[in-house]
Amino acid sequence: MHDTGTAHSHGPDHGHAGAHGHDAGHGGHHEPGFLRTWVFSVDHKVIGMQYAVTGLLFLMFGFCLMMLMRWQLAYPGEPVAWLGAILGEARMPGGVMLPEFYNELGAMHGTIMVFLGVVPLAVGGFGNFVVPLQIGAPDMAFPRINMMSYQAYLLGGVTMLASFFVPGGAAQSGWTSYSPLAALAGSGQTWWLIGMVLLITSSLLGAINFIVTIVQLRTKGLTFFRFPFFVWAQFVTSFLLLLAFPPLEAAGVLQLMDRLAGTSFFMPSGLVVSGQALDISGGGNPLLWQHLFWFLAHPEVYVLILPALGIVAEIIANNTRKPLFGYRIMVWSLIFLGFTSFIVWAHHMFMTGMGTVMSAFFQTTTMIISIPSVIILTSLMLSLWGGSIRFNTPMLFALAFLPMFGIGGLTGLPLGLNITDIPLHDTYYVIAHFHYVVAPGTIFALFAGIYHWFPKATGRAMNETLGKIHFWPSFIFMNVVFMPMFIVGLAGVSRRLYDGGLTYDFARPVLHWNAVSSWGAWMLGLAQVPFIINFFWSIRHGRKVDRNPWQATTLEWAAPSPPPHGNFETEPVVHRGPYEYSVPGAKTDYLPQCDAAEAR
Amino acid sequence: MEIPWVVTARQDTGLNNGKIGIWLFLASEVMLFGALFATYILLRVGAPTWPLGSSILNVPMATFNTVVLISSSVTMVMAWASVMRRRFAAYRGYMGATVVLGFVFLVVKYFEYSAKFHHELFPRTNTFLAIYFTLTGLHMLHVIGGMAVNAWFWGPGARLYHENPEWFANRVENSGLFWHFVDLVWIFLFPVLYLL
Repeated sequence: MHDTGTAHSHGPDHGHAGAHGHDAGHGGHHEPGFLRTWVFSVDHKVIGMQYAVTGLLFLMFGFCLMMLMRWQLAYPGEPVAWLGAILGEARMPGGVMLPEFYNELGAMHGTIMVFLGVVPLAVGGFGNFVVPLQIGAPDMAFPRINMMSYQAYLLGGVTMLASFFVPGGAAQSGWTSYSPLAALAGSGQTWWLIGMVLLITSSLLGAINFIVTIVQLRTKGLTFFRFPFFVWAQFVTSFLLLLAFPPLEAAGVLQLMDRLAGTSFFMPSGLVVSGQALDISGGGNPLLWQHLFWFLAHPEVYVLILPALGIVAEIIANNTRKPLFGYRIMVWSLIFLGFTSFIVWAHHMFMTGMGTVMSAFFQTTTMIISIPSVIILTSLMLSLWGGSIRFNTPMLFALAFLPMFGIGGLTGLPLGLNITDIPLHDTYYVIAHFHYVVAPGTIFALFAGIYHWFPKATGRAMNETLGKIHFWPSFIFMNVVFMPMFIVGLAGVSRRLYDGGLTYDFARPVLHWNAVSSWGAWMLGLAQVPFIINFFWSIRHGRKVDRNPWQATTLEWAAPSPPPHGNFETEPVVHRGPYEYSVPGAKTDYLPQCDAAEAR
Repeated sequence: MEIPWVVTARQDTGLNNGKIGIWLFLASEVMLFGALFATYILLRVGAPTWPLGSSILNVPMATFNTVVLISSSVTMVMAWASVMRRRFAAYRGYMGATVVLGFVFLVVKYFEYSAKFHHELFPRTNTFLAIYFTLTGLHMLHVIGGMAVNAWFWGPGARLYHENPEWFANRVENSGLFWHFVDLVWIFLFPVLYLL
């Protein structure tokens, strides 16, 4: 990094320094052009916003794929002429969805939501924007690697999108891409694998950058146990990304070899497909793919959750005007959660016949890992006790997160037990369970984070009324979508049926719930309109705010809104823990971390 | 704006940013090759028969390559030591030798591969060859990557030496850590694939 103007030369802090606020401190230097500022930026805040906006767009796109699927599930085989006209004869001839296209939608919905939507928004977006500010750093430790990380992510996303247009369409083997199904699938699967390799590269670069930044660039006085909980969450998340993704990269290379070089890593001897013995050397092991995949994908679940817990913790402490209940034990739980997340992966594989000893082991570790999760969630609930709660939009989303994540977590216990998993495996119950964790759970936390940090990023607050119009329908329709899936799943309907279970007699009594879920999903889509309007309107017309509109304690609120390139006018020094709210005897009900005046 | 601890070590951690970064990267690399070695073990214990590596592969060539790579690690250390002693000409010589030795490794590997292809031995032939080509191929990609970085620091990247030799020494050290890792992977690959 060259010294391009310092934070010291930044103008007076009147809250908003124009849309290009972070350029304001460049004094006599040339203003960097549009490309340097917004496309090839090395400023962690711009990269964070790039990640966040791209992630939001992918979330919307992935949601659209699902809304298409929901039509087929609610009204199997009924034509929609105008959709057929848009999507073409190859996908929806006469407006009726082909099974192959349904499979594309399913596989790509999962892939996009997890790898291109939630993780980039939670880690790339919030992590990049908030972590350096919260630790009082001028930027990330490796700004150019940070930029490369975003570019690799974007390229991976474009690869995934492009795969819809290759012959045979996008990947169709589910987001898990189990072999041999995936090894024998059309060329879209190869694109999927290449896209994944790019996304993994992006995550690795990001993870290294976060860990180094947090360890090295924290400001004076900021010891580890003075970190805001969000920083801890990102720190543990980065280790998960760093160590869990490479095995999937290895698996991806092996599957590419199977597909392109004709090897048999995941192909057993004597494999017969459609009555024909395949001309392969054999000797491979389909379970190997599952082990390598879930070795990543279970820690990945915690990558989806931990940043969300971090965001919710920040917002709850701020809006209850109380310290977090049990901050230290929450941090230790987080660390324990990180370690144990590496030894639970095969609870996704109870039905593969891997053996009772293996199952017993992974069932035990799975029960153990629920303990720290419950500790964190309980601490967050107890943090509400006796607080004078401000019910603003970020707080509403954060509060809704608690029971939603709770439902998601508790319904996971029967899946983690070997015996009860047998009837529930691969049914809609599983879909309902993990969506409660990730959709009304993590995504609500992400919305909370957007409303909470939007004033820091733009210098303007989002509209509260529109925020509440966004929150209440979203909260209701999220439950309309996913609650019926528990019922459908308990009846035994499999999650990957193209017709939603129409051909099975036992499914008949619960089939009408499919339409309920579908209408819930479409209404949920509508409920996002106020958010989109609010987001773009507030960038230019929102109420102007000063540097600390929420009267918060953590360091990001000590920087100007929006912070200039380099973040702080003077290097902040930390004198206290992260959540000193309502300290008896203090003049205000919050003591910022960098406030030396009323040291204890 | 200046990023702190790029060149000098932070007092409480005793490390500069790049040093932690490269070690974290190596940790992820350990997980990558760890997964592939685990794959090797799983496939081998599940196979009814497994050929002895030396019956298919060329052990003398691989032994020669092992010597070449270990020598390149020695020259790499000498290159770093030369920067530390501020002997630029010696640095150039040792770093050049490191890159050349990497190239020799690739040439030998090229002859090994083409001999296999000539005898109709391909990755698709059997599981042993599949894992052999995958592991050595991925390792070769790492060799090429390391060579590219080293060549950069031998050539245009060496300008930094004249501006900030301490920073340059850090960079050479980090690049060396990666090169030693690549060497170490080969030291595992050689007995596992050729001798066992």
